[in-house]
Amino acid sequence: MVTIFNRNPASPDAKGAAERKGLSRRDVLKRGGTASLGAILIISGSSIIHPQFAWGLETTNLKPETMATLIQLARDIYPHDHVPDRFYAIAVKPYDAKAGDDPKQKKMIEDGVADLDKRAGKGGYLGLDWEDRRLAILQKIEDTPFFQTIRGGLVTGLYNQKELWPLFGYEGESFSKGGYIARGFSDIEWL
Amino acid sequence: MAAPYDLKDDSVVVIIGSGAGGGTLGNELAQKGIDVVILEAGARHEYEDFINDEWESFGQLAWVDKRTTSGDWRVAKDFPNLPAWIVKSVGGSTTHWAGASLRFQDHEFQALTHYGKVKGANLLDWPITLAELEPYYAKAEDKMGVTRTNGIEGLPGNNNFKVLKAGADKLGYKECNTGHMAINSAERDGRMSCQQTGFCFQGCKWGAKWSTLYTEIPKGEKTGKLEVRPNSMVQKIEHDKSGKVTGVLYVDKDGKQQLQKARVVAVAGNSIESPRLLLNSESSMFPDGLANSSGQVGRNYMRHTTGSVYAVFEKPVHMYRGTVMAGIIQDEARHDPSRGFVGGYEMETLALGLPFMAAFLDPGGWGRSFTSALDQYVNMAGMWIVGEDMPQADNRITLHKDEKDKYGLPIANVNFSDHANDIAMRDYAYQRGQELYKSVGAVRTFPTPPYPSTHNLGTNRMSEKAKDGVVNKNGQTHDIKNLFVSDGSQFTTGGAENPTLTIVSLAIRQADYIAKEMAAKTI
Repeated sequence: MVTIFNRNPASPDAKGAAERKGLSRRDVLKRGGTASLGAILIISGSSIIHPQFAWGLETTNLKPETMATLIQLARDIYPHDHVPDRFYAIAVKPYDAKAGDDPKQKKMIEDGVADLDKRAGKGGYLGLDWEDRRLAILQKIEDTPFFQTIRGGLVTGLYNQKELWPLFGYEGESFSKGGYIARGFSDIEWL
Repeated sequence: MAAPYDLKDDSVVVIIGSGAGGGTLGNELAQKGIDVVILEAGARHEYEDFINDEWESFGQLAWVDKRTTSGDWRVAKDFPNLPAWIVKSVGGSTTHWAGASLRFQDHEFQALTHYGKVKGANLLDWPITLAELEPYYAKAEDKMGVTRTNGIEGLPGNNNFKVLKAGADKLGYKECNTGHMAINSAERDGRMSCQQTGFCFQGCKWGAKWSTLYTEIPKGEKTGKLEVRPNSMVQKIEHDKSGKVTGVLYVDKDGKQQLQKARVVAVAGNSIESPRLLLNSESSMFPDGLANSSGQVGRNYMRHTTGSVYAVFEKPVHMYRGTVMAGIIQDEARHDPSRGFVGGYEMETLALGLPFMAAFLDPGGWGRSFTSALDQYVNMAGMWIVGEDMPQADNRITLHKDEKDKYGLPIANVNFSDHANDIAMRDYAYQRGQELYKSVGAVRTFPTPPYPSTHNLGTNRMSEKAKDGVVNKNGQTHDIKNLFVSDGSQFTTGGAENPTLTIVSLAIRQADYIAKEMAAKTI
């Protein structure tokens, strides 16, 4: 089972936070791209931990390293610099559950990620520091079922998260608030 | 006999579908004392059940039974099993529609005469004129409470409209206002006024927008002469040796097959399901399907030449607040071949929520070009282009050779390719739409491809001569006297206007005709 768990904000000291939770650090993945400078994901056992923002994701069927790559891949496909990793993690987590029911899809995803790492060379996909270097790989595989499956799933997996909408200024449901008749439906002033 | 009706009661008029055509026809007949059974494939969700959430509402209302697609339209690539964005629910697509209620223009009823022969197009004049339909347009506007008719005030303009209007003024467009909308601007007919909630496409939770679900249908039911059976998927129309239709085979809410006898059958399942049903009703007497001696059943599928233009400004617009279709520019709706195409188009504001914007702005798009657009969601304004498309014989609904629905009947394939005229019109409209927004300070514009079809038309078209179409000017099939078509599939050509008002007007007119013929015992 995959869980996304949120904890109270931990110390910004990544090492300290991880240690306090008794996790042995197996790998530390430095993340590239202007969006995530300084952000660090830690893979621990079957979990991916984001110590600074105190959330984690546990995998059951996919390798945690695969999940970490999927999170970066999701951001590279739909990069929004003001959207935290947590939302991308929630968007790709269903692939872990699906991998449990569908061995074919599990293979497609593990193979797809392995292919990304292979194309990236030493250090793998996550080792490519500039977004452009990762995009150069993605442009070569954008017609593959692997890429299209991940991209297609993100359209709802990412953008249909209600908690995400305020980050785009979208206000969602409005009936319970009486619509916008008294809440700015015609408040434009700059025209 | 009063509703509910017995399956063996062969005195009833059976209507298949409860949307703009079927729901209106059902109530009109019931008001005249005629016994009606409406079979609706979808469930009955009342308006308080509607959901202010795009995907969740889609799950509640949309017709998602599998269909396949072919042809060069982009929908076939991006949404291969969702050619149309229409509804399976009591009220049909009148739950989902935006409310724009425009009359056809005079010349649009005689497209062949006015446009001349267009290569590759299967143009034909309607067998009726605007003058003949005008009294029924008036009745429909009154029934639906259309703004700017019958002394009803226009709706107030929201932010999205204000941007459109400012651009219209800059470009010198003269015919721009908040539209002729079947949305109450003040309380009327027991329904409240628009609260500028947005989510018109998800069903109006206030009941301010006209839908057969909470107007025609309950009014008909109140007479005791109308029974609506939800969750009733019609499979086949049966006929006797003389070729008259005798009843309708359907699967009921419990999954059991039933036969409802009928004196008259009216098909109103929208322009994909209606021809599919006629084709699936083939028999040894009608090997090509019912009412298909012309071979035109399923052909001439039209979907309007559509597209959207979204634009990003430096400052907030909040286009999603308020009426989705909040205003219109009609200057381009005229027929003026000097623009490089025949027919015309309307420009109407449109807004999508963030989830649907992500799905429809550029289906398949990814990367920063795409996401930087969504980052500016709050600063976006948008319009929809809706124009006349050319009927083409090979744009058609056919039965799939292999794939069947869960009851074993072939599913529909929708084949569509743009005509050169459609492309010329869309490109021109994209240009004008982008100019409009740039004139009021847009920093970036997006010519957005057509969504899955909401205006599905023409697949059982009206014609003067039996060889050219499926139904006559009353929607009565040329081949079978007691079989009618009552939805937008009757349209001979599409015009530039949103079709619902015309569908409702035709249904009111058809009810008069059916009542007259029943009284005369010719059917």
